[in-house]
Amino acid sequence: MTDHDKDQQNRAEEFLQVFKKGAEFTHDLLKENERLRYQNLEIEQQLQHLHASSAGAPSEELLKKIEKLEMEKKEILGRIKHVEAENIDFANRYVEIENENNMLANLYIASYQLHSTLDFKEVLQVILEIVINLIGAEEFSILLLDEKTNRLQAVASEGLENKEIPTFELGEGIIGRMAKTGENYFIDELEGYERDFHHPVVCIPLKIKEHVIGVIVIYKLLVQKEKFNDVDYELFTLLAGHAATAIFSSKLYTESERKLNTIQGFIDLMTK
Amino acid sequence: MSTYNVLVVEDSPTMRQLIVFALKRVRGLNIVEANDGVDGLKKISTEKFDLILTDINMPIMDGLKLVSLVRNDPNYKDVPIVIITTEGANEDKERAMAIGANDYITKPIQTIKIIEVARRLLNI
Ligand SMILES: [Mg+2]
Repeated sequence: MTDHDKDQQNRAEEFLQVFKKGAEFTHDLLKENERLRYQNLEIEQQLQHLHASSAGAPSEELLKKIEKLEMEKKEILGRIKHVEAENIDFANRYVEIENENNMLANLYIASYQLHSTLDFKEVLQVILEIVINLIGAEEFSILLLDEKTNRLQAVASEGLENKEIPTFELGEGIIGRMAKTGENYFIDELEGYERDFHHPVVCIPLKIKEHVIGVIVIYKLLVQKEKFNDVDYELFTLLAGHAATAIFSSKLYTESERKLNTIQGFIDLMTK
Repeated sequence: MSTYNVLVVEDSPTMRQLIVFALKRVRGLNIVEANDGVDGLKKISTEKFDLILTDINMPIMDGLKLVSLVRNDPNYKDVPIVIITTEGANEDKERAMAIGANDYITKPIQTIKIIEVARRLLNI
């Protein structure tokens, strides 16, 4: 396990602890709140009763009792306010923690799925799934760099056909430039965007260290996806590295399998 | 503490893992997974569920077909069904609700939303 993985795990455990403690805490608060409300109601009733029974001239003793009860009521109302404020605070913390949790879950699942297979086609399928489901894209493509021709070519797409998408020379245009520099590209203004294969919404280079092996280009997001948030940027970073290594190792594996089969074929031929 | 049987019908392993991850954080749920509508129906015929979450776009049998079949089963006329899908357009939502879904979540999903919907529909 790398330091980063350990760090991630520690963070997840920490959140889980906070969540558990928070859940117990809020449960106690709710109980306390209910108890106080009940107590308040009782005092209210007692007061009403006293007021009613003292319709004539109130005795000194009664007035004192009323005063005491009013004080108690005030104090209880103060405590209720305090408990309610704590409840709101807790709810806010819960949402914050749940957002972090959501992010960790997304990242964990994406990397888990990416490294769940050594089959090249399956790896491409997993990347498509992550971009559809976790990012929320409708039209996009995975382009790989052909080292011989120095051009990027679509190998898998969603909402588009591979053959629709032009090839891009390394260093040329937005996509070629991102592939050359290894930098991520996000369009400035999503509103009013119309698909242009040379001007994508997003372009994420797939990198092994500094070596770019391809890019993910997004041309359309799902209608309900209006903007990118923290989890998306984290996912893009994860995809840049993990998708690249998953593609690379599955290609190597598939190739060596093929070579092995060829050699096995020769051996069979010679030993027959 | 009582246990609730929850069925998750989704063809994408990525999505299924995320939904199950979220549901596991609600205490007292027994979660069963199905890969598509037919698989979902099979599981429904052998076990009684208290809540069903289903994707729409699936091979073999899609989620809308599954919802209408499940709703026609007298054992399931009141069991809450949640649709989880990429289709964010309003007419899709209306279509799903019209054939008997109780709620509708669009992708990309937030785990907090899954947790909230499950708690609300199961009343826990
Ligand atoms: Mg699907």
